[in-house]
Amino acid sequence: MSDTSRPIIYDSSYHRHPEFTEIKELFRYRFLVAQLARRDILTRYKRSVFGVAWTMINPLGMMLVMTIAFSQLFSSIEGYPVYIFSGLIVWSFFSQTTTAAMVNLVWGGSLLKRIYIPRTSFAISAVITGVINLIISLVPLVIIALITQYQLSLTFLLFPLPVLLIMAFSLGIGLLLSTMAIYFPDVAEMYQIIIMAWMYLTPIFYPESILPEPVYWLVTHLNPMYHILKLFRAIIYEGRLPYWSEIWPATLVSIVTLIIGWVIFSRKSDEFGYRI
Amino acid sequence: MTDHATVIKLENASVRYRVQKERINTLKEYAINWMQGKIKTVDFWALRDVNLDIYRGETLGIIGRNGAGKSTMLKLISRVIKPTTGKVWVKGYVAPLLELGAGFHPELSGRENVYLNGAMLGFDHSQMHNKLESIIEFSGLRDFIDAPMRTYSSGMWARLGFAVATDSKPDILIVDEILSVGDEPFQLKCTERIKAFGAAGTTILIVSHSTALIESMCDRVVWIEHGLTRRIGNPSEVAADYRASSSS
Repeated sequence: MSDTSRPIIYDSSYHRHPEFTEIKELFRYRFLVAQLARRDILTRYKRSVFGVAWTMINPLGMMLVMTIAFSQLFSSIEGYPVYIFSGLIVWSFFSQTTTAAMVNLVWGGSLLKRIYIPRTSFAISAVITGVINLIISLVPLVIIALITQYQLSLTFLLFPLPVLLIMAFSLGIGLLLSTMAIYFPDVAEMYQIIIMAWMYLTPIFYPESILPEPVYWLVTHLNPMYHILKLFRAIIYEGRLPYWSEIWPATLVSIVTLIIGWVIFSRKSDEFGYRI
Repeated sequence: MTDHATVIKLENASVRYRVQKERINTLKEYAINWMQGKIKTVDFWALRDVNLDIYRGETLGIIGRNGAGKSTMLKLISRVIKPTTGKVWVKGYVAPLLELGAGFHPELSGRENVYLNGAMLGFDHSQMHNKLESIIEFSGLRDFIDAPMRTYSSGMWARLGFAVATDSKPDILIVDEILSVGDEPFQLKCTERIKAFGAAGTTILIVSHSTALIESMCDRVVWIEHGLTRRIGNPSEVAADYRASSSS
């Protein structure tokens, strides 16, 4: 293995495009990303009684509570349980993934002081963990549809497409959040409040038609989660193919958010070793 | 021992930390102070224009007082931070001996943590699969390997950490003051393994406050003071110089 013409593995002066270096390094460390996701999933369930079933019980429980509380109010919505549950799945993915990306990076801070690993590993592993949880949640969704005799259509199988979009969007937001959280610990707490408000501004438990005019316009035009949720609901709840007018805003906002988040994070991440 | 081919090069490398005069911890406070123009920072040069060539196969000792810049230099080499000015390049993969077991998760078993830690060091799945046996063997923890690590003693953590980090012969090994962990038989095992790597051609960087250890193990020594390389040379000479200045 000894040769005088050994290539230079690391040259600090070559750092013109950190966002591309990051992609390359992430690929080289793909086993680590898988291991981090595995660690998150295993530790979450190792000490709990129900184990993996908990992934399903949580959204199920929430759906039950909401159905009991609101189904009278929203009796105009056919198949209210499926309506809520389809919204909850998407929302849980977004809120859990973004929070986990932030928390993992802060936890990993002490590690980053001592060894080099691609900084995006934590956010990416959070997204992978989220996707696995999301796919598992599709099982109770189908069961609820069967129990409430709600007809699901074949368009259900198109779910990977909006899932890819929500993955991109969550990754982008997660990276932006973690960049701030490294410097300011209170970002994590503020985010919990923001995410709660955001949830109520997204039509998960209610149909958007009940919103009063100015709020309705704001939600349906400015809430990125609304567009992604609409896509998901179209194929799962409404059982139809989405319209182009629904596809392009969701796609645009997801890709743009991912690019912005990735670039800002990659550039700032050189400083992390200095700050922690 | 060394063929004088350079494997690590620091060229006018400087590291500048910007320290806030008043430590502001929350986003709110920072935003308010920033708007009022009240953010004041002080520049602290942890390393200043360091020029150093490290040769393949040599064992280099790094000594200096606390805060001199030793750890900062190691961080440059292991890619944890980038130099503020100047340049660092490295030919070969760097294995840092972390505070042993820094990457371990207490809920996972020893076996699972071996895979996780190996992944952090840059190994892939099949490599870790092949190394698992020898790691378990060296650590002497076979009976406990499937128990969650929260049940391990600190000595056991250190043993497993060292075993994972040193199972494959690294190109460049960084030893940062961790040899004081563990009981004597284990410390002996560690030192032997490190010496064996040195004999087999690994480039080793050792940071220690024990000048005796440095003198016994190193080919060359660099003395760092206030971010500058004060002296580079023969171990016993530099160590004597260093000891003399400490007691004056």
